[in-house]
Order: sequence, then C-alpha cells, then structure tokens
Amino acid sequence: MQVYLDNNATTMVDPLVVEAMQPYFSELYGNPNSLHKFGTSTHPALSKAIDQVYTALNASDNDDIVFTSCATESNNWVLQSVFTDHIVNGDKNHIVTTEVEHPSILSTCKFLEEQGVKVTYLPVNEEGIVEAETVKGFITDKTALVSIMWASNETGMIFPISEIGDICKEKGVLFHSDAVQAVGKIPVDLQSVNVDFVSMSAHKFHGPKGIGALYIKDSQDLSPLMHGGEHMGGRRSGTLNVPGIIGMGKAIELATQNIEETAAKIREKRDRLEDAILELSDTFVVGNREKRTPNTILISIKGVEGEGMLWDLNNGQIGASTGSACASEDLEANTVMLAIGADNELAHTGIRLSLSRFTLDTEIDYTISHFKNAVGRLRAISSSFAIQQPTKGGEVQECELHHH
Amino acid sequence: MAKADMLGESLWDAYSNKVTTLMNNPQHQGEIFEADAEANGNKLIVADFGAESCGDAVRLYWEIDPKTDTIVNSKFKSFGCGTAIASSDVMTELCIGKKVEEAVKITNIDVEMALRDDPETPAVPPQKMHCSVMAYDVIKKAAGLYMGVDAESFEEEIIVCECARVSLTTLQEVIKLNDLTTIEQITDYTKAGGFCKSCIKPGGHEAREWYLVDILADTRKEMDEEKMRAAADAGSKANFEEMTLVQQIKAIDAEVDESIRQFLVMDGGDMEVIDVKTSDEYIDVYIRYLGACNGCASSSTGTLYAIESTLKEKLSKKIRVLPI
Repeated sequence: MQVYLDNNATTMVDPLVVEAMQPYFSELYGNPNSLHKFGTSTHPALSKAIDQVYTALNASDNDDIVFTSCATESNNWVLQSVFTDHIVNGDKNHIVTTEVEHPSILSTCKFLEEQGVKVTYLPVNEEGIVEAETVKGFITDKTALVSIMWASNETGMIFPISEIGDICKEKGVLFHSDAVQAVGKIPVDLQSVNVDFVSMSAHKFHGPKGIGALYIKDSQDLSPLMHGGEHMGGRRSGTLNVPGIIGMGKAIELATQNIEETAAKIREKRDRLEDAILELSDTFVVGNREKRTPNTILISIKGVEGEGMLWDLNNGQIGASTGSACASEDLEANTVMLAIGADNELAHTGIRLSLSRFTLDTEIDYTISHFKNAVGRLRAISSSFAIQQPTKGGEVQECELHHH
Repeated sequence: MAKADMLGESLWDAYSNKVTTLMNNPQHQGEIFEADAEANGNKLIVADFGAESCGDAVRLYWEIDPKTDTIVNSKFKSFGCGTAIASSDVMTELCIGKKVEEAVKITNIDVEMALRDDPETPAVPPQKMHCSVMAYDVIKKAAGLYMGVDAESFEEEIIVCECARVSLTTLQEVIKLNDLTTIEQITDYTKAGGFCKSCIKPGGHEAREWYLVDILADTRKEMDEEKMRAAADAGSKANFEEMTLVQQIKAIDAEVDESIRQFLVMDGGDMEVIDVKTSDEYIDVYIRYLGACNGCASSSTGTLYAIESTLKEKLSKKIRVLPI
C-alpha cells in the first residue's frame, strides 16, 4: 500500500477534473481572444469555470477574480503593485505581515525592504497564529497593506481573518490574504469578510498545477504585474490557460460543494490518526484541532529527527513532510517551526501529515501501524532515550551546534 | 546555475548504497553498560556531542582494555537524520580494534570515504558532509576523557571548514598565492565552504568562530598593506610621476626636510606643501611660506628658484613650484 499524506504540498488531480480539461488540449485548442470559431468555441466552458469560481467563493459580480499561474504570482502581484501604487506613487511606506507566511510573501517583502519599504513581521503565539488585536497595534497612518495568510500550511491553524478584515476596514488599510491552504478545505465566503485581495492555487484542491487566481474586491485599482495584451480585462496578460482555468473551475466546484460534510469526513480520519499517534509517549501536536483546517497534523516526536522519520515513512511508501533543517537543501531550519518555538525541538522533530478527501480509512490504519513502528525503530537508535549516562565530563553542557 | 540546476536535486538519491543500507540497518547501534565493561576488566568511556535541541546528537561508547589502550568494543546512539546514523555507524566500526591514540586520528573525511560505494563518488550530497563532522568531534571528546586531556588539544591547527578540513593558514596562503578575490574562488581552490556552507558567513547552519568572508577581507587587507609597504619601501627609488598623490606629497615633504627647510629656518622662516596637481605637461606643487619668508623679497625669485630646482633634480623634471 502507498499512502500520500502531503496534501498541503500538492494534491492529486481529481479524475473528474482531468475529464473536464481533456477536450481543451487537442480538440478545442483555440485562443479565446481570437475572433474565429476556434477561439470562441472555448468561451462556454471558460464562462462556466468563471461562474464555478465566483460561486465557490461567494464573490460578488462586482469583484474581479483574475486567473494567474499560481498563488505565488498572485502574492507577488499584490505586494509589488501595492508598492508601486501606494508607496512609490503615494504617501505610504509600511506593510504589515507575519513571520509565518509563505516564502512568496516573505521573500517579496524582503525585496521591498531593499527598496526602502518598512515591513513589520508579526510574531505568532504558541498555537502559531497572529491575534487580531496584535495586528491592530501595528497599523500606522503610513501602512499601505496588511497581508496575512488565511490558514497555515505547516500547522493548519486558521487565522482570525474576519476580525483582522474588520480592523483593516476601520483603519482604512488594504487587506490581502494568502488563502492557498483555506480554499477548498474550509468555507471561504468573500462577501462575509472585509478582504481586498485573496490568493489561491488550484493544485491545492485537486486541480491542476500552473493555475491560480487573485480575487480583487470591487474591481479596485491594482497595477498589472504582467504587461502585454488585453487578457483578463487588461489585468493579467498572457494567453489564457484554457484547460487550466476549466480544471480549476471544476476542481473548486467539487471541493466546495457539500464542503461541511466532506470536511467532517476528513476531520474524522485526521482525528483518528492524531489520537493514535498521540498514544505514543512524549509527543505533542501544534494547535487546537477545532481551529485547524480539517486535514492537517503537525506533530513533534521526542527523540526522532524529522528527516529520519520521513525516510522511514518513505520506506513504508508513506509520503509526509518535515520542517527539519536536515531535510532542506540549505540546512536552514523552517522559519514557521522556529517561530512557533517549543524550544526549537519542533524545528527538528516536526512531522506534518496532511490528508485529502481521497484519503481512505484503510490508509489511515496502515499509516498508524507503520508510523508507530518507525518511531519505535528510531527511538531505539536515539541518544535521547539511551540509558547509560556519559562519563563524567562527557556530557553536553550546552548546544555545541548553534542553529539560528 | 545552468541546465543541471533547473530541477533541484533529489537529496536521498545522492546517498551511496552503503549509506542507505546502514541508515536502515545500523550494525553498531546500541549501548555498552558500565557493569559489562567492568566484568570484562575494561574501562567504559561514554561521550555526548550535540543535543536534540540543536538537531543533531550522538553518544559514543568505547570499551577500552586499559592494559593496551585498545578499543575492544564500540557502540553509538544517535538523534539525527539517516546520514548521521550511517556516519555514526561507520565511525564506531573504524574505532574498534584501534588504540585510543590511533582512533583520535580518524577524521570526518575517513568516515565519509568509508561510506562510499566507489572511491570516486561522494557518499552524501555536499550539505550532508556536515553529519560526518560530528563523528570526528565525539571521538576527540571520548579520547580526551580517557587520556584526561582537553579534546581541543588534539587539534593542531585552526580548522575553518570542518566538512573539508581546511585550516586557517591554508586558506590565508591560498588566497595570497593565487590572488583570490571571491568566496567562489576559495571554494574552487580549497573546497572550503562547498559543503554545509556554515563557514562562509554568519547566519548559516551553525555558528562558527571563523568565517570565510572575514578571512578573505582580512587577508586582502593584509595583501594591500603589504603592497603599500613595499611601495613605501621603494620610496625614493620609485618613479615620482607614478606615485599616488599622498606618496608624492610625502616624497616632496621628505625632500624639503632633507635639503630645503634648514636654509629657510636659518632666516627665521619656513614653508609647507599645500597641494599637488598633475597635468600632462607639469606637476604643480603649491606651497605656502611661513614666518619670515612670508613677504620676503626673494621668496618669489631666488628662494623659489632654489626650491624648484632641488625638487626638479631630485623628483621630476615636470615639477613647477607655485607659492600661494
């Protein structure tokens, strides 16, 4: 058996999505901007996809949902264009974000800092979220934008977006949310929250890779990131990714219809897996499970290093993820894990398991059993559980390797 | 960056078969207990290096025959990724049967070589070399405990890059000898900084005492100073017209001190060099008279001529002296 439990990284494309996309590669391949029937024959399916996306997010017809290549592009677009529109060509100079955002936010903020923008990186609490009141205290009359994720990729913790949105509206500050881990996992109703911009990627909810979107409330001004033709009402140039858009429409429809019911089923499996792993001694999970996306577990297992655990899981055909520095190409510890803290142990022992609606009960059973075996094997090797203590003078007084 | 870098490497595919085999099934994992060692008439040494909170920790056990100082048995425990487990396993294997004084000569390079499938292909990708360094550190610590000396005493040189074991003196020599100006060049010449990258600059995987950026900057500064000293030593012999402005002013001052000032002072006066301006045709030396010379009749005739001809003769034919 093989079990894929890394659905916060990417998901399997739903076969129904593939089916919907299929005709738009070799049969209906026209450019939607062409006048001839080859081009216009793609319009009905594209209109349907646009409807599907607007419906899934309960967006108003006055809002824009612009298709992009992915959430990374959407995030870059918002940050870079708010910089152009309100900082270079305006009197603002400040952006508020969090320490735990995706690199497409953090790296872009670092880039903007080099251009002279002031950026505040809000710290997270022990559950890995930023409280709305914290945001309030950092908004100044120079603040151009607040950018805060809807839900965390690492912990699954859901941020108080509605409250933060109200604060931003009251203060008259633009509010952007990277909702890449929220859309398709929990209800996202864009008419019930005060949010100006929302980023998303289709491949996180069983759609294809290479397609995403940016929601822009009330079709408000935002300079384009991609210049070129008149595509998407002039907001985002580049020939439309026809199969991608159609796939994203179908995927978001499938992910959001009966979302409460689907989420409950995923949550049940997630909780069963979590409870079983927590039976092991010296383990802890980050964040209250009621406040998490229903598919995510971030668990720390004392004495078991993350990459070693991932290796053993992989030997058992289970795909998971770790924030461990040892598993990264540059040996840098995961910033999110470090921000949540727990004595840095989480940065070395954290294992993330993320389910999907395709995860089966039998897969959960298999994972529980294999997971426990792996922990048993690695703890048997682990120095953290050794009995014979070091010779006098052979103890470690302090961390001799200083990870930052 | 090039074609080969377009798709990030697959970390685990770069491990040797030996590494993966030992990760899955380490041969010397386990503990040796005090009582068992004593029953065999041997001494037990147990040393820790690293800690769980730093991401890597290893505990090394040596059972030593005190009559011969030979390590008769060795085991390890490890909190670490698979490569740390495999490195620790090979480390214990290399220790068994050796005298303590021999074991202390085992380096991380020996551990990594022992993990290779073939001698030409590294056992682990560059950033994982660092795992074998801990093996070396814990051996030194164990040997120090047994011999009753400080672990640092086994290290004769300052090692800047532990992964490639490159010393401070080697780095300084290579930079000077090859006139290196970038970190990339240092890595190309010495391999230092090519593995876990901690030693390149602060803020890497672990804090270091020495960083390549500082060593490069300091060595370059030293080289520049040496160059300047050499130029200064060449001093009077050097070509005045090719000197820097500061060197020119110094040379003029030296010349004034040596053969002009004494005559001015005798008459109750003095002079100072204000500036030097170089054009294609002339090197104009601007001076100011002080004391009795100021307003003296000969200051614009005889005295001026004497100063100018002295400087022309000693330094450059292009010199004109202009009092202001």
